[in-house]
Amino acid sequence: MLHGYLPMILDGLWTTLSVAAASLAIASLFGLVGAVAKLSESRVARAAADVYTTLIRSLPDLVLMLLIFYGGQILVNEITMAWELDYIDINPFVAGTATLGFIFGAYLTETFRGAILAVPRGQIEAGLAYGMTFPKVLRRILVPQMVRHAIPGFLNNWLVMVKATALVSIIGLDDMMHRASLASAATREPFTFYAAIGAIYLTITTVSILVLHLVERRFSLGVRRVDL
Amino acid sequence: MFDWDVVGGSLPAFLDGIRVTLLLLAMSCAAGFVLAVPLAVARASANRWLSTPVWLFTYVIRGTPLLVQLFMVYYGLAQFEWIRESAAWPMLRSAWFCAWLAFALNTTAYTTEIFAGALKATPAGDVEVARSLGMSSVAIWRRILLPGALRRALPQYGNEVVMLMHATAIASTVSLVEVTRVARDVYYNHLMPAEAFGTAAIIYFVLTAIFVGGFKLLERRYLRHLRPMATTAARA
Repeated sequence: MLHGYLPMILDGLWTTLSVAAASLAIASLFGLVGAVAKLSESRVARAAADVYTTLIRSLPDLVLMLLIFYGGQILVNEITMAWELDYIDINPFVAGTATLGFIFGAYLTETFRGAILAVPRGQIEAGLAYGMTFPKVLRRILVPQMVRHAIPGFLNNWLVMVKATALVSIIGLDDMMHRASLASAATREPFTFYAAIGAIYLTITTVSILVLHLVERRFSLGVRRVDL
Repeated sequence: MFDWDVVGGSLPAFLDGIRVTLLLLAMSCAAGFVLAVPLAVARASANRWLSTPVWLFTYVIRGTPLLVQLFMVYYGLAQFEWIRESAAWPMLRSAWFCAWLAFALNTTAYTTEIFAGALKATPAGDVEVARSLGMSSVAIWRRILLPGALRRALPQYGNEVVMLMHATAIASTVSLVEVTRVARDVYYNHLMPAEAFGTAAIIYFVLTAIFVGGFKLLERRYLRHLRPMATTAARA
């Protein structure tokens, strides 16, 4: 199948999934910090988080990625030269995941902020009144309920992000997209290969939707629904 | 450290790039809008033979990366001999046409879902009132359903236009000289990433602000009935 290029493409799928998973982890971290900053009492933290989300949402992913990949290299060069360190080459995997994580962290900030606000404040106060410590309130009251509210936005961002990983091929990462162009060039059948990886991306989308539905059901146990 | 001469010298190229970006955006949005309205009517229809094919189209387009779609059109079509020998080939070889086709299809899928969602959100009472007044179903579509849905869709549609504007950066991969391509060329000529991509970033930032502001004005005009009103007591 695919002139024997299927194993090579699937190997690229592994890179694509690693980039997506690593970016998601970074994005969740940025998202949580951003959401907490947006809800904090400190005016500086709120302003910083606002600048972060506004700026990121005003720029194309690709431009940010190129800026961080090439600009980051120059910055690292300046630092290593000033401190007389050895030359450090920025790895496209690090640049790609850092950029995607940074970008989607801004979108997750809004998702998480909404989810935190959806948990009634009285429940947190009640937890504290019962003598629970704040970390315990987080673990037992806020997070389990927040997850349910965060799932739809989280799923959406994950789906957009998986598709955005195709851009890392432009900064030289050997992902599924790059493998498909190599195979296209060798066989002169570009349509076949791009359609094939298109089908793989579609499969990832479909599986993600199914899995997140199961997770949503797990976290919605005991929630009453209105039948319309 | 920041070389303003490089930025200044590349400004004319960036201006041309802005023109290409906006032209591609306008052409794709126009085609997307024209296709999305009938497709949304089909997608919202109770008839499964109408709605399922449209659902499949939007699911496939929205489930695959735009970069893959663009490459399928630009590099992929040449694979088929009958396309190379067809009368449309001179057009299908051009990067402009391929980019336009890929972006138009992509935004059609997203816009269709937005409009279909807005159609389905029509209050049942609106249609009942129209029927009780004796309006024909064509008149109901033309005067109640479509205008109402397009108004409701305005905020999300504005988002889609801004996202499409950002997505046009991807056209830089098929040799269309829009803002991002100009930035990449400036970078390769001078090896100054901050100047090259920073300028592009500022351009996109300003364009985004203009579009967001423009859609805010449109919302103020067309969604006026949803704005919180000053109470009559306060006005008196």
